[in-house]
Amino acid sequence: MTKETPSAAGLAALIDARRALPGATLPILHAIQDAYGYVPDEALPMIAAALNLSRAEVQGVVSFYHHFRRTPPGRHVVQVCRAESCLAMGAEALEAHVKAKLGVDFHETTADGAVTLEPVYCLGNCACSPAMRVDDDILGRMNGRRFDAVLHQLQQTEGASA
Amino acid sequence: MSVRIYVPIDSSALSLGAEAVARAIRHEAAVRDIVVDIVRNGSRGMFWLEPLVEVDTPQGRIAYGPVQPEDVPGLFDAGFHQGAAHSLCHGPTEQIPFLARQERLTFARVGVTDPLSLDDYLAHGGFEGLQRAIAMAPAEVVKEVTDSGLRGRGGAAFPTGIKWKTVLDTPAAQKYVACNADEGDSGTFSDRMLMEGDPYCLLEGMAIAGLATGATQGYIYVRSEYPHAFRTLQAAIERARAGGWLGASVAGCGRAFDIDVRLGAGAYICGEETSMLESLEGKRGVVRAKPPLPAVSGLFGKPTVINNVMSLASVPIILARGAAFYRDYGLGRSRGTLPFQLAGNLRHTGLVEKAFGVTLRELLEDYGGGSFSGKPLRTAQVGGPLGAYVPASQFDVALDYEQYAAMGAMVGHGGIVAFDDTVDMAKMARHAMAFCVEESCGKCTPCRIGSVRGVEVIDRIIAGEDRGRNIALLNSLCDTMLSGSLCAMGGMTPYPVQSALKHFPEDFGIDKTAAA
Repeated sequence: MTKETPSAAGLAALIDARRALPGATLPILHAIQDAYGYVPDEALPMIAAALNLSRAEVQGVVSFYHHFRRTPPGRHVVQVCRAESCLAMGAEALEAHVKAKLGVDFHETTADGAVTLEPVYCLGNCACSPAMRVDDDILGRMNGRRFDAVLHQLQQTEGASA
Repeated sequence: MSVRIYVPIDSSALSLGAEAVARAIRHEAAVRDIVVDIVRNGSRGMFWLEPLVEVDTPQGRIAYGPVQPEDVPGLFDAGFHQGAAHSLCHGPTEQIPFLARQERLTFARVGVTDPLSLDDYLAHGGFEGLQRAIAMAPAEVVKEVTDSGLRGRGGAAFPTGIKWKTVLDTPAAQKYVACNADEGDSGTFSDRMLMEGDPYCLLEGMAIAGLATGATQGYIYVRSEYPHAFRTLQAAIERARAGGWLGASVAGCGRAFDIDVRLGAGAYICGEETSMLESLEGKRGVVRAKPPLPAVSGLFGKPTVINNVMSLASVPIILARGAAFYRDYGLGRSRGTLPFQLAGNLRHTGLVEKAFGVTLRELLEDYGGGSFSGKPLRTAQVGGPLGAYVPASQFDVALDYEQYAAMGAMVGHGGIVAFDDTVDMAKMARHAMAFCVEESCGKCTPCRIGSVRGVEVIDRIIAGEDRGRNIALLNSLCDTMLSGSLCAMGGMTPYPVQSALKHFPEDFGIDKTAAA
């Protein structure tokens, strides 16, 4: 999931298309993060101007929500669920395995820039715990072996497109 | 003649490989020159059998599962496309005991129909409730919902009809219906299943709410962790508009109602209704003080009906079949059915819609089949991360809002997470406080600071530091959070903490016989 590099024109187009929506802040932030993988600094004053807000108000919204990132993530984002249902099915062991395998802690990106690891509280896949999300795919009944296979496949896809 | 084969498109089925299974069936059928019509349905809610493939036969739909891509050639060899026997075959889907013993009202169509087919929806009773509501006066529709006994399925269990009446009786040029689809509780997935498996049912319920209260615009606030549900709703809204079921004149009745779907951004607190309103308005999801009630001054300061997905999705059948039909299910003041969600350490996880009054033991043992690990079940957390841990000694209490409240627990959104005897309850209590640290909106002190202190105190208890005094301190802190917090986040975090402490003192290093 290679993303575009942010540009002023690109940001302006994303903002303009949504500024008239009632309560436009979140739709705009989602559109920006979907396009670039994160919300770049230069977007904040632009959003503030478009919505007649102060820059501090926009900053406040961005920082409130776990979903929005302020720095570019790795090429892939892996989320491991830490909620109760997954804990009941061995999420802690899975979390330890994933961290060891990737060599990073939560909110960190592997040295090669391939994978950012994040915690998540519930993916709504509680009947198939423990659950993970890799980019837009939700995965169920995970274990170390299945994670290794998913990671291997990501690496192969990357190798093929490189 | 083509063979109709159902392969679910539900997130959980996809998480177990349903997409690859659908591809394998299409490929294998082409190789064998068999014409197949693959329908991507919702899930039947039997997740230990997912991906569950169904084949339409003259004898009804025959179930095969769990199917993996490598099973597909063998299934064709056995003649599964004609409903033939196979080691993965479970016979007619509707006769699988887990499903056959349920009372599916809200979930009647989920897993049965093609989620985005309006024809399918209409053929299965869709829009009958809306048609009836159109022919009634708004106050009559509200009365029907009140008489059904429906109470808020999001967790607070407030009577839906009373909420609607307040909005109807508050004059305003603009009113809203806001559907809370920020289903963040661990162990819950019924909202997601319905939005992915029968989205028109939710849209119909919202349209009825709009006509009943005079609201013309609806919003669905879906959590960002549900990308599939979000896309399904977007597609369903477009098709419903094109079909004339939403827009300037709902089903040609001359009254307007339209719906927009909005994405949350990973904040658990936005499942709290006033915080959700702030988020919909584009702000930080900080809880509002009440009053004013959202029914009087809600979204953008206008009267707003706020209901959970399950509440709104229960409305079409209430209107279609009448209040009495729905009220006849359940017991006491808990009327109708609740789609319970079985999660965690169980053999048979899934969705069980039953009338109120079923017991946890029936759900965990008869439906759930006991623990997945094979070890004894020790406890179940009912009602999400803010719900109490119920010990095995209370598994026989009927699931009913009042009986659960009487034992210091809550039914909530009907999520049930089972734990076997390897669970460390002190760790789970700490987890509840840590979750509150992470997710508190920060507006009120008991929640924002109390949760941080809670983690510290529990850490000291676990480390064995001055245990007696620290337990007294923890209980006092819980009391402050319970009485002093602005909303359920801080106000209910003590439920899992204190239930763990009360029922499992040995996990905190306390002699069981000495514990008060």
